[in-house]
Amino acid sequence: MLIKQSADIPSSEITPRDLYLNRRRFLAGIGLSAVVAGLGIKELVSPSSEALATEKIDGIQKSAFSTTEKVTPINDVSHYNNYYEFSTEKEDPAKLAKDFKTRPWSVTVDGLVAKKQKWDIDAIMKFASPEERIYRHRCVEGWSIVVPWVGFSLSELIKRAEPLGKAKFVEFTSIHDPAQMPGQRQQILNWPYVEGLRMDEAMHPLTLLCFGMYGASLPNQDGAPLRLVVPWKYGFKSAKAIVKISFTDRQPSTTWNEANPHDFGFYSNVNPNVNRYHSQAHERRLGEFRPRPTLMFNGYDQVAGLYSGLDLAKNY
Amino acid sequence: MIRFIKILVFVSCLVPLGLLAWRFFGAHPSDMSTWGAGLGANPVEALEHKTGDWTLRFLLITLSITPLRKLLRVPVLIKFRRMFGLFAFFYGCLHFSTYVWVDKFFNLHEILADVVKRKYITVGFTAFVLLIPLAVTSTTGWIRRLGGKRWQALHRLIYVSAIAGVIHYLWLVKADIHEPLEYGAVLAALLAYRVVVWLRPSSAMRSRAVAPMRGKVAIE
Repeated sequence: MLIKQSADIPSSEITPRDLYLNRRRFLAGIGLSAVVAGLGIKELVSPSSEALATEKIDGIQKSAFSTTEKVTPINDVSHYNNYYEFSTEKEDPAKLAKDFKTRPWSVTVDGLVAKKQKWDIDAIMKFASPEERIYRHRCVEGWSIVVPWVGFSLSELIKRAEPLGKAKFVEFTSIHDPAQMPGQRQQILNWPYVEGLRMDEAMHPLTLLCFGMYGASLPNQDGAPLRLVVPWKYGFKSAKAIVKISFTDRQPSTTWNEANPHDFGFYSNVNPNVNRYHSQAHERRLGEFRPRPTLMFNGYDQVAGLYSGLDLAKNY
Repeated sequence: MIRFIKILVFVSCLVPLGLLAWRFFGAHPSDMSTWGAGLGANPVEALEHKTGDWTLRFLLITLSITPLRKLLRVPVLIKFRRMFGLFAFFYGCLHFSTYVWVDKFFNLHEILADVVKRKYITVGFTAFVLLIPLAVTSTTGWIRRLGGKRWQALHRLIYVSAIAGVIHYLWLVKADIHEPLEYGAVLAALLAYRVVVWLRPSSAMRSRAVAPMRGKVAIE
């Protein structure tokens, strides 16, 4: 099937032998290294499990908000993390966050508040007694987990922050520390990570200020030392490693919304009928083989009242 | 000798699948409850991603045969191109069935909605469908039946399929486009090679010289 080439090439077009050999080697080198780099087979190395450096939390109360569904194994919750500050590979944060420093740690409270202040993490954790809240957690990517978080309602902190009457939104800023967080050395998202809630969403008793899971302090890769858990919204709304809480009268500009406004709205309530990013009608619970139907508000119907009169297809 | 190398290459092409199966079934293959654990917390997603990765890789390997055999002057490489192309199709089939079976569980309604509405699925589906005629007509019999020129024209669809495959990957990631861009860069280089060859005056002259020899066309 191969046909000979014509040999009618003018001598002016003939490249000197040493030159073309060099060029050929060079091009082949480029081609080969590109192929090798592009086809890197790093995933052939299986992910390793790391021990969790967490401390047991005493005096945890049970909560009526907890689900009785089967809890996801801690190894899955701590080795499958969307934490782009460390890496966009979900297996990586467990390794890369190992030496992340969570002490000393303080949280700045500013914006429309009676008094701007800075609270130490250990002081915040004493604002109320710790509760275990076993919540469903639904990622916008289509997977879900059941996690026994430890913390208390965010409203406990908000009360102490004394927001002014004109404060309508709360903005959460995560730590920006590229030295400790390799993912932040690349402009994959606009750092620092910013999330936000409407004031009534933030004050809802389900909204959890979280500092632990599975009876102990949060592993670094799960957002230590302090994160948010908003169980009726897609996981990315629950900001991790929070260093600042601001009260504003304007809707905060949030990180994922900036990255892709079409797919990720400010509200991002779990909603099987609104399919902006992927189809959201079903989800895969980690550990299960068959997909299961996704529930409106992730099954937390008690928040429906927050959105009465709001067109959820438009305010996604 | 070439037969022996072919067997070796064939077995090597199955290694990614073997490793995937090895990790999927894990240390206790008889205990169904442990299946998938070796692939991390979300084995279905891992299967989907890895079969997709290997489809793209084999497409790129297939497309690199012509440049490599020309630049390195190893004409014998052509003997492996069909095998690589068919492996691209093979991993593409695995990728597609993972999506249809374990991801969507044959939920045809949802699959159709995906193909129509999700542009990254539309383009990925296109990339896969385009490979079907190429796999079907990959035999020597089909080359004869179609004639070299038409066969070659048809098999240029691999360019479209590979481009669609990279776009599929690019559109499906949430924010980190590094990896799809790496594949895109390799593909761009492989396509650029063809553009350069096509534009080179010597090649234009060659095709003029070859033109009268109708029916005999280089298939590469």
